[in-house]
Amino acid sequence: MSRMEFMQGNTACAEGALAAGCTFFGGYPITPSTEVAEHMALKLPKRGGVFIQMEDEIASIAAAIGASWTGARAMTATSGPGFSLMMENIGYAVMTETPCVIVNIQRGGPSTGQPTRAAQGDMLQCRFGSHGDYGIIAVCPASVQEMFDLTAEAFNLADRYRVPAFVMSDEIVGHMRERVMLADTVETTPRRPLSPGRLPFEPGEDGVPGFPEFGRGHAAHVTGLTHDERGYPDATDHAAHEKLVRRLYQKIESARREIADYEVTNPDAEVVFVTYGPPARTVWQVMHDLSDPAIGHLRLRLVWPFPEFALAAFPDAKVFLMPELNMGQISREVERHVDVPVVSLPKLGGELHTPAELKRALEVHR
Amino acid sequence: MRHEVRFSGFGGQGIILSVVVLGRAAALYDGKHAVQTQVYGPEARGGASMGQVIIDDEPILFPEVTDPDIFVIMSQQGFLKYGQDAPPDAVMLIDSGLVHASPGCRCYGIPATEEAKTTLGRDIVANIVMLGALVAVTGLVSREAIEKAVLDSVPKGTEALNVRALKRGFELGEGVI
Repeated sequence: MSRMEFMQGNTACAEGALAAGCTFFGGYPITPSTEVAEHMALKLPKRGGVFIQMEDEIASIAAAIGASWTGARAMTATSGPGFSLMMENIGYAVMTETPCVIVNIQRGGPSTGQPTRAAQGDMLQCRFGSHGDYGIIAVCPASVQEMFDLTAEAFNLADRYRVPAFVMSDEIVGHMRERVMLADTVETTPRRPLSPGRLPFEPGEDGVPGFPEFGRGHAAHVTGLTHDERGYPDATDHAAHEKLVRRLYQKIESARREIADYEVTNPDAEVVFVTYGPPARTVWQVMHDLSDPAIGHLRLRLVWPFPEFALAAFPDAKVFLMPELNMGQISREVERHVDVPVVSLPKLGGELHTPAELKRALEVHR
Repeated sequence: MRHEVRFSGFGGQGIILSVVVLGRAAALYDGKHAVQTQVYGPEARGGASMGQVIIDDEPILFPEVTDPDIFVIMSQQGFLKYGQDAPPDAVMLIDSGLVHASPGCRCYGIPATEEAKTTLGRDIVANIVMLGALVAVTGLVSREAIEKAVLDSVPKGTEALNVRALKRGFELGEGVI
């Protein structure tokens, strides 16, 4: 049975994880993400799950990775400095193809920066922050309801593609309270088990191997070293390395149409906003106030893998405007896929662009 | 109609709880829309506390408060920091025992902390008295909705006290309009 609540974004994120069947949370408290951990600490033990406060964020993501190998839906949540600490083990999760969900309630950086203020400054870090080439999946909620819905979806995507999935939220959505419909359970895509006779890192046609859970009779070797399909290190053979890394990259990039999640408003528009996360709400307000079909909006609920084909939904676009709570991190991604100008509208300091600011930008750039 | 409500006071008065209760009343029991936000920093403990809630009949797109039109002020510092620039068409309720102010807008003095202490015997419910007065003065949410939201939000065993505080707030609010 579903129930309606008036709830904070971070709490809704935890509820989304629980509804998706998350049974393990390893974390270390940090503003502005702590309420995610608090709610999991409250709820998980009563459901037979495990909450563990680790000694730091390096251990937190390591614990989530370990739990995932037992078959658990596992997660951690952090912000700013904690996210930076997780980077090495995020690469380990990528290399070992370990499904897990990493929530980042983004705050102002660099360094300790603004613990209590919002930012979207980690959008490239979540994609590229660990060394080496790889692909990941990242969703960006714009409301408390989406904190619930997209966190649950992140678990499905992580399991489907055996990859870390990021909930790239921020202090604004994490801390605001809104009405939210909490479903008791949500649609879940179970992890594909390892088929009999297949090797633990032998990919299916989609590039994703079946998953050999610990304790289910499989013998698998799990290593961050370049490995063969048995999982054994093979760290000097150039062909083995190229084959593996290309697959880790391609299993995500080649599925980006299937993974994509976005909304198109006014496809005939000549000036088009592109947003993800809460700047979408300022654009909604502007479009509501002006009610002008010449203004379009591409709202990305999922930023990585980047759905460049969605930009083609606006064939008449003469300019793309990108309000972001950073110095223009995703605007460059848009720029490399379109032939018309892309105007970055950066905002730092923790507040959203106001509707008046975006209306002024429209006057200047249309 | 969009209303932006700002509560301020000092840490410990239940300022944040008040806006959460108000948002809850609107969003869950009055069929309206509400977004509650708060401003806090690492240094704020014990200092001025401020919480805000937007209430609208329509879905709330832009979620931040830019032009608050309803103020509830429960400390002098809160008035200086968050209340004294209230626009002329705003409505302000002040805790008259704690705040000395004559803002340039419609302003009602409610002796909430005094009433909580003397009539109700617990000054901790002063914020609930203020909530009651606010609802009586502005009609922002229904009395039924605010009562349900208060009951959802207060600790077990304190329900009767809080409902008394709320109703005393209704009376004080009726008395000033």
